[in-house]
Amino acid sequence: MFEDHLKVVTLIQEAGEVVGRKKLQKMVYIAKKLNFPFQEKYQFHFYGPYSEELTLKIEELCNMGYIHEVKEKVSGYSQYRYAVNEEGQQLLSTYGAEIEKLGSCVRSMNEQSSRFLELVSTVMYFEKLDKDEIKEKVQTVKAKQKYTEEEMDEAFNYIDSLKGQVQ
Amino acid sequence: MAKLLGKLHEEKVFKDPVHRYIHVRDELIWRLIGTREFQRLRRIRQLGTTYLTFHGAEHSRFSHSLGVYEITRRIIDIFQEKKTWDPEKRLLVLSAALLHDVGHGPFSHSFEKVFGVDHEEFSRDIILGDTEVHRVLLQMGEDFPVQVAEVIAKTHRDKLIVSLISSQIDADRMDYLLRDAYFTGVSYGNFDIERILRVMRPTEEGVVIKSSGMHAVEDYIMSRYQMYWQVYFHPVTRSAEVILSKILHRAKELYETGYTFKRELSHFKTLFDGNVSLHDYISLDEGVIHYYFQGWMEEEDSILSDLCHRFIDRKLFKYTEMVSFTDGHLLSSYFTEAGINPKYYLVVDSSSDLPYDFYRPGEKEERLPINLLKPNGDIRELSRESDVVEAISGKRRTDHKLYYPLDLIEAIEDKTLKSKIKEILNR
Repeated sequence: MFEDHLKVVTLIQEAGEVVGRKKLQKMVYIAKKLNFPFQEKYQFHFYGPYSEELTLKIEELCNMGYIHEVKEKVSGYSQYRYAVNEEGQQLLSTYGAEIEKLGSCVRSMNEQSSRFLELVSTVMYFEKLDKDEIKEKVQTVKAKQKYTEEEMDEAFNYIDSLKGQVQ
Repeated sequence: MAKLLGKLHEEKVFKDPVHRYIHVRDELIWRLIGTREFQRLRRIRQLGTTYLTFHGAEHSRFSHSLGVYEITRRIIDIFQEKKTWDPEKRLLVLSAALLHDVGHGPFSHSFEKVFGVDHEEFSRDIILGDTEVHRVLLQMGEDFPVQVAEVIAKTHRDKLIVSLISSQIDADRMDYLLRDAYFTGVSYGNFDIERILRVMRPTEEGVVIKSSGMHAVEDYIMSRYQMYWQVYFHPVTRSAEVILSKILHRAKELYETGYTFKRELSHFKTLFDGNVSLHDYISLDEGVIHYYFQGWMEEEDSILSDLCHRFIDRKLFKYTEMVSFTDGHLLSSYFTEAGINPKYYLVVDSSSDLPYDFYRPGEKEERLPINLLKPNGDIRELSRESDVVEAISGKRRTDHKLYYPLDLIEAIEDKTLKSKIKEILNR
């Protein structure tokens, strides 16, 4: 009955520590798009793919005492850090199951900036369009982020490399 | 843009219990309403399983869609005189308002979870695919269907027209709060919509509200807050939703393991196979689903049959506050020992709502704030001006419940096992 919760704990455990709610949202979205078994429903909001269900699940995991959330002030705004605590580690060792190939993808994503993962997840959101249309779409819906052509190419390459890792 | 569809010779009106009348003057809108994909919305309830809790909640997505169209039409009538409004966008916004829910299927929430389908993708497919809706939209220009789809998907470049249909104060929310309150019979969802429409102003970045209308907006936010907890997240409705999901899971599982159903699965086959076509999707409505559920009540599989009886006859699961992970696993093992499959009879369901969210500098939240326009032209975010809204801003409220069949637990013959289960559930 808590299988989907366990998958989120596993992802955070593989990452070690995730800094930023947005980053965690995008990491799960990208993992889902790579066909890892995450069930959370995502919708496109003004700032990219976002899952209310994931927000809720993380809150539940924090309340149940398996995930440690730290709120910190960084140059005038709040930032959240997430890590699996001791109870969470025990939970994983008792009930957890390895998700094959997830670890390397998650660790790779965790090394990227939140801004870059926002771009990658947006590109993946529009994956049914062709490459030029995706670029145009990103420039439209993310106008304020001012992504450069190089960053977008980098995002496409990065997606290819992630797909290569899971094949 | 070449407008091939113009004005109707005579205005058409629909009687509506919420807005009194819905006025249609454009041939485009009239013809969209007449398409089979839009008419299908008559056969899909706006509030899914809520009718099992609030018996009046039988209203359809059809009436809600007309309501969103009517509110948008009235907003545009007010905007017509404003310099910041582009009159060329009128039919684009009205079409998007009318069609914003066209991709919804029966009991969308459960269907989406079980079969991995997405009503937003189907909205896009209906607007851009080989459908009557698409053919009507095409008459407004080659690019018109794509633009309508983009407004609905919130990916259109014009933030103002997107905000009319999708923001924290939009035509969609205003209609569903009033309509759902009316049909459920609760007194919470009402607010002064006339006042709100009068104080809305168009800007490039979206709609803003004249600060003199702040109290009407406060009332709207509080209405929404109360409706979520009194109606939308009602635990009994969620129990019906839980059973509905489990029926779909069970039927899918049986199909995948080669079980022979007594009734031909024509409507469900492509859903179970994970390759549902647009044609199959459009043919699904609540009548079809109830037809199958009635048939499945007679199936040999005792779980499917029992769950369908529960749904049709309203013998719902009971609920308690969510137990810990360890207790949950203990309960699962006790259920298994008692011969009750925990996969179908022990379910955690969570609801969560953020009544209003504001913009935090440096941290990108997912919702655009409601902005007030001060008499001197300054823009101020709502929660910085309103103590009432400030009190509930950014505060997520959540509710986690564990659902179970009390009747099956009561029927367990092993008294020790039964008392162990009840002891955890009553903690």
